[in-house]
Amino acid sequence: MGRLKTFTRRAFLIGSVAVAGGVAFGAYVVKKPHANPLLDDLGEGEAALTPYVRIDAGGVTLITPRADKGQGAYSVQAALIAEELDVELDQVKVDPGPPSAAYWNTALAEEAATFMAPGGGVGEKIAYGALSAVMKTIGMQITGGSTTVPDGFVKLRQAGAVARETLKLAASQKSGVATGDLRTEAGRVLLPDGSALTYVELAPIAATIDPPQDIELRAPSEWRLIGKPMQRVDIVAKSTGTQDYGIDHKVDGMVHAAVKLNPAQTGPLVRFDAGEALKMRGVSKVIAVTGGIAAIADNTWRAFQAVDAVEAEWGPAPFPATMDEHWQALADSFNEDALDSRKRDDGDVEIAIAETGAVVSAEYRAPYLAHAPMEPISAIVRIDEDGAEVWTGTQIPRFVQNNVGRIAGIDPETVTVHVLYMGGSFGHRLEDEVVKQAAEIAVQMKGTPVKLTYSREEDMGHDFPRQIAMARMRGVVRDGKVETYDLGIAMPSVVLSQMGRQGLSMPGPDSQIVAGAWDQPFAIPNQRISGYRAPELAPISSWRSVGASSNGFFYNAGLDELIHAAGADPMEERLRLCNDPGARKVLEAVAEMSGWDGVLGNGRGRGVALTQSFGVHCAEVIEVSDTGSGIRIDKAFVAAEVGTVVDPVNFDNLVKGGVIFALGHAMNCEITYTDGIADQTNFDSFEGMRMYQCPAIEVRGLENGDRVLGIGEPPVPPAAAALAGAIFAATGTRLREMPFSKFIDFA
Amino acid sequence: MKLTVDGKIHEVDVEPDMPLLWVLRDELGITGVKYGCGIAQCGACTVHVDGVAIRSCQQPVGDLEGEVTTINGLGTPEALHAVQAAWIAHQVAQCGYCQSGQIMSAAALLAENNNPSDADIDDAMSGNLCRCGTYPRIREAVKTAASNLRSA
Repeated sequence: MGRLKTFTRRAFLIGSVAVAGGVAFGAYVVKKPHANPLLDDLGEGEAALTPYVRIDAGGVTLITPRADKGQGAYSVQAALIAEELDVELDQVKVDPGPPSAAYWNTALAEEAATFMAPGGGVGEKIAYGALSAVMKTIGMQITGGSTTVPDGFVKLRQAGAVARETLKLAASQKSGVATGDLRTEAGRVLLPDGSALTYVELAPIAATIDPPQDIELRAPSEWRLIGKPMQRVDIVAKSTGTQDYGIDHKVDGMVHAAVKLNPAQTGPLVRFDAGEALKMRGVSKVIAVTGGIAAIADNTWRAFQAVDAVEAEWGPAPFPATMDEHWQALADSFNEDALDSRKRDDGDVEIAIAETGAVVSAEYRAPYLAHAPMEPISAIVRIDEDGAEVWTGTQIPRFVQNNVGRIAGIDPETVTVHVLYMGGSFGHRLEDEVVKQAAEIAVQMKGTPVKLTYSREEDMGHDFPRQIAMARMRGVVRDGKVETYDLGIAMPSVVLSQMGRQGLSMPGPDSQIVAGAWDQPFAIPNQRISGYRAPELAPISSWRSVGASSNGFFYNAGLDELIHAAGADPMEERLRLCNDPGARKVLEAVAEMSGWDGVLGNGRGRGVALTQSFGVHCAEVIEVSDTGSGIRIDKAFVAAEVGTVVDPVNFDNLVKGGVIFALGHAMNCEITYTDGIADQTNFDSFEGMRMYQCPAIEVRGLENGDRVLGIGEPPVPPAAAALAGAIFAATGTRLREMPFSKFIDFA
Repeated sequence: MKLTVDGKIHEVDVEPDMPLLWVLRDELGITGVKYGCGIAQCGACTVHVDGVAIRSCQQPVGDLEGEVTTINGLGTPEALHAVQAAWIAHQVAQCGYCQSGQIMSAAALLAENNNPSDADIDDAMSGNLCRCGTYPRIREAVKTAASNLRSA
């Protein structure tokens, strides 16, 4: 084993270590580092640490532990390292690396801790400490919460900088030239005489040098990658059909499996008869797995056909049979016993409403929603006597490792997880049922790799959807101003449902019940935001922007009704109430971009909404026309404050995509259950937006803030409310329940 | 049975009702063609048969008449088709999973009409779902590809 060398800079421990024919640089982010992931793969005389940069005879590899499900995470992480390392993205390999607790997500913990003690100070530190301990214990290497950029912005650049300076020391040792006379460029150290030493040839020397301890990160004015349009590392592969996604991946000797799960979500299998299925061509086996049956065949389609031919008897779902009962459970939760949090309670809403009576009161609803990424979920698992290997697209590699280890009856550390490219997620791949079922099959076929592919129907019908949610508001206006806003939100706990499936409980209130509502930048004199925890109903999971996905609609829709009652303009009144300079700037930006000057008229309407979620203020203006044959969404204007736009191309793409995602679901998507069975299982009944409905979208990224923030989720929460506001302005119809297609047509 | 895919003749021994999609993916290993819905609602599986865009999930291989072109045969990273080049120039892909089908639909459109209007593009492309929401970039990329094809 090689020598492990570390030094401390700010919060991070950076180290280097010898690897075969080269060197690896990386960062520890906890005081007592977790076991090192690359050690398992290394031979005699080698060692490694939590690496972000690995240089050996094969070249330079940048290790990007946050998964790429389409949001460009690999590219942005690689760019942050490359910015300081001085390599070009087309000359390096990008590898997601193995699962490791040392890659835990600090930014995700910060997001949760902010809620736990919003006042700051000592309480916040205690809350943060407690949560950090939980996250470290379970080694939460999670991709989510728009945290890839905030989590890596300093860490990854620092790793690149340390690697660069160490390589310069190696070049100095080799050439005798002082480091001050050396420059770096495109994977090489340049000497004053015009010659160059490549990082690859310097790597073995670098492995013997203690990394320098006082490296200043480059000033923004020196950045050559950050803030400039980048070409994604996967763009050619994704434009030529050559990207290997999880569903495309092949392992020698693998068999194909499909499942048919109890259509009544999470209900039990009572009995099954596989007689007919086993007679079908290419079908070798039909077995029970958790929640249903699996067929093993020599081809995906044959496995699909086989599971359909199995006769099965199913038990009921463990949640209410009708949607009326689901909604009733939410309606019954608006009481003090179910109060989960009341983190905002300004002024006194009770007195204000008692004095004059509420001028407005309304109820809003948001349905269950499937994640439905374009790529159905799949996993390949091979279990041997003393280890296992998994190939899958996942955001939770550590959970996968543990679950496969448990099912196989082996030490999780002997489970190798290969994280593959994902054809979308939107939170779907924060669950690992498909991996667990593949492992249940594989444990019965030791040594044979089993590839389990869900059909679209199984994927959508057995998705753990976005939470169902209901909100009730009351309010008072006076002298043309919004004075009192009392908003209660009821939903089951997403965190409880999701973490419960991993055998974990999360203490305290669930911040997601009020996310996107309790912490909005509007100073209304009397304002109260109450979260009510509804009982567990259908199993639910995180869906792009999580609690804020419903609450951004609720908060803004309720505010719009009060503004209307006050006779004020939706933009002007928001600007008047806004008490955050950053939020004001995004509102002013969309006002300017859209040329907001009151009502549009002539069957046209505009709406505005602003939601702060994941620390990002995002404002949107939507314009619609009432065409006579339905509402057409003409334009969308979006501004968001993210501190620094790392890649303007990806930023633009993610913002537009987020708006389209949100509008499509607000227009026409819901999952409903009849007797526990999802009524929508494919894109014929869960459609989203198609191209002919897509508005022109104008995007502006603001960079006034001092924190770098992610943009994967923040464009989602405001969109539905801005659309509802626009439809109200165009037609006079106030929409309070999604999907809006239940009440109006879209052209 | 025999079928011609991307200029190569293949002999496959499969049930005639197996959809072309699964013959391509699982029997021939041409995985650029994607499975998305299996019911012709998403377009991820779009290929050309004699130049016409079809949904391969709804094409029983036994009924196939004509030569098949897939995304892998349309162009390659080394020799890009004009539509693929435009997709790269506009950085269209996010997750990228639908883009094989999007590109095949766009290539079929432009083979017929190299100067499509916005309405023509919407008509030709609205059968292809994108859950990431890359539609604005797809529109621009189709126009760039059309312009490049016209001046070629």
